[in-house]
Amino acid sequence: MTRLLAILAAWMYVGLAAAQGDLDIDTPAIAQFKTGMAQRYAQLLPWYQSGAVGLTRDGGVLLREPGAVPLAQRQAVTALVAGENADRAGLYREIARANGNPGWEPDIRATFAQRWIDRAPAGWWVQNATGIWQQKR
Amino acid sequence: MTHARMSLTPLAALALATALAGCVTINIYFPAAAAEKAADTIIDEVWQMKPPPPGGPVDAAKAPAKEKTP
Repeated sequence: MTRLLAILAAWMYVGLAAAQGDLDIDTPAIAQFKTGMAQRYAQLLPWYQSGAVGLTRDGGVLLREPGAVPLAQRQAVTALVAGENADRAGLYREIARANGNPGWEPDIRATFAQRWIDRAPAGWWVQNATGIWQQKR
Repeated sequence: MTHARMSLTPLAALALATALAGCVTINIYFPAAAAEKAADTIIDEVWQMKPPPPGGPVDAAKAPAKEKTP
């Protein structure tokens, strides 16, 4: 019984430490996603600024105004958006996995969605909680 | 004596069940504040941003180093 209680106490301690400490974001997979996204950012920036691409409420990006992209570049921008969404999905999944709770993925995604939108500069287009697109002021 | 033993066992079982439930609750609790911090750290890197300096725009050279709470 004493041993069992000791194990329980240790388990509680680990649980508390995980709940109160920082999340682990230093894995090779996360580093790879970050690098990919940082490199893509330079290419996506003009489209964020023009409003052709916006930040969705579910933590992704969307080519919301295809007509705002010249036809010659539209395919490239579509590919950038797809690549960004794939990296973001992988990032959210990997953070949840690296912290021992794959089930946290939707929470991680929701947290990122909020922070991307909160921190987007004025002029960018973001989706609000009801799905309406709004320009950040 | 026998009676005391018999009533203690279910009580111990109940206490154990409560403790286990408590542990499970703690272990699956989503650390929202830590997740926000992690998100901001990653967004800083991806968008190559610095945290906004307190009290308005500051010369880039004078901007304080990125805060890291241990």
